[in-house]
Amino acid sequence: MNGADTAFVLISAALVMLMTPGLAFFYGGMVRVKSALNMLMMSLISLAIVSVVWVLYGYSLTFGDDIGGGLLGNLDHIGFKGIGVDTLTGGTEGIPVFAFALFQMMFAILTPALMSGALADRVKFSAWALFITLWVSVVYFPVAHWVWSSDGWLHSLGVIDFAGGTAVHINAGVGALAAVLVVGKRIGFKKDPMRPHSLPLVVLGMALLWFGWFGFNAGSELAADGTAALMAFNTQIATAAAMVGWLAYERIRHGAFTTLGAASGAVAGLVAITPSGANVSPFGAILIGVVAGAVCSWAVSLKYKLGYDDSLDVVGVHLVGGVIGTLLVGLLATDGLGGLEQFGKQAVGAVSVMAYSFVVSWILAKIVDATIGFRASEDDETSGVDMAYHAESAYDYSAVGGSPAGRSSVAAPTETLATATNKKVDA
Amino acid sequence: MKLITAVVKPHRLDEIKEALQTFGVQGLTVTEASGYGRQRGHTEVYRGAEYTVDLVPKIRIEVLVEDDDAEQLIDVVVKAARTGKIGDGKVWSVPVETAVRVRTGERGPDAL
Repeated sequence: MNGADTAFVLISAALVMLMTPGLAFFYGGMVRVKSALNMLMMSLISLAIVSVVWVLYGYSLTFGDDIGGGLLGNLDHIGFKGIGVDTLTGGTEGIPVFAFALFQMMFAILTPALMSGALADRVKFSAWALFITLWVSVVYFPVAHWVWSSDGWLHSLGVIDFAGGTAVHINAGVGALAAVLVVGKRIGFKKDPMRPHSLPLVVLGMALLWFGWFGFNAGSELAADGTAALMAFNTQIATAAAMVGWLAYERIRHGAFTTLGAASGAVAGLVAITPSGANVSPFGAILIGVVAGAVCSWAVSLKYKLGYDDSLDVVGVHLVGGVIGTLLVGLLATDGLGGLEQFGKQAVGAVSVMAYSFVVSWILAKIVDATIGFRASEDDETSGVDMAYHAESAYDYSAVGGSPAGRSSVAAPTETLATATNKKVDA
Repeated sequence: MKLITAVVKPHRLDEIKEALQTFGVQGLTVTEASGYGRQRGHTEVYRGAEYTVDLVPKIRIEVLVEDDDAEQLIDVVVKAARTGKIGDGKVWSVPVETAVRVRTGERGPDAL
């Protein structure tokens, strides 16, 4: 076992874990007050559900031996059957499978959570939980197998996707688009102002994402080596360049350098460098970053022109950013890899994931809608999904008397308190 | 008696308060308010989507004065509140039938 690599991957896994709550804050600050908690919960539930599903069958479907054609893993490792503390990846110098599986689990958690921004404010929480359970099972696990399993078909084809431009960002962006088309627009879309309720929260979330992304990108090398270092370096460079690109576009187009633009630009750069960072020079990373920042900044306005309500621009940032990184690495890759041939392979990777993910995500969203109903009722959406599904509100602004919900009884808390006190006395 | 009401820019509060104290006004009431006049608020940009914010933050200052002081006091408030830029606000006065000091029960000008 390689101890240094193992330590590096375990730390990277912890860094990637932080990205999901980071995403929760990034999205949470962008919604209105009445659905801030729901936005956080849509990410948190992914941490809960996908962790369990990953153990049950997710790891096996993704990294089990191929069942044929490079399409899906087998079920040999259901419940981590046959894997112990001494099971290593890739021979005696590898890392424990548990370290690798923990790291990969964080990717499986983050990817469905990314989609939640598109559906902000208007879906039933139970429906979302069901949708992501189905989605990771039928969309994410197969696609991750295509890209990252040594016998996956895109991997065999030679598509470069170092840390998840296709499997994570294009996949989530397209899945979000399909779900949005099934669920429909928010009440008041294009009519009511839907201003972010807390830009500081957005910046906090962006910061956590950026921090965690070092683990996401560099950790994908699965070894503490020069490639990991280059990847970490390029992650910083592309992100910085994308922030500049987004802000420059905004200043020219809208006359201001906005905070939301700076945070969004950073995320667009992180997305775009994800597939490509290990195969481009730092100069290439600047190029990818600037292009991603400016193009994503333009792309987020498409929803108003085309009329789909991707609330927090999952399509504009993750799909577009993912496509930019996935395609540009085909041209900019170093070590003699870059060129039209590689560009063609990258396009095959991007298009096949888009096609599969769109069709299957659309069908899954339809199934959820037809069974338990995907969309919140009009009343719940108007008054806020926080109260409807979580029986909580994020902030209490009332200066007079109780709370917005008019809670007047304290019976339940008192009772709990009494019980707790008794227990203490008994002990 | 007159009730002078001023709806003005929040950052002028200190100047207005000082001017009123200099004039000899004993008390005043300040309320946070929002509204718009002819300039119709301002525009904010979020990822390229422009929102016109109609209602801009204001403060509402209310002062009770004797009839003879009203005109002069209006001038004092207007002078202190003015920045010369759009959105400076409005000041108006209305007649008041009576006023009572809650602590003592004094009525009319004695209650001021």
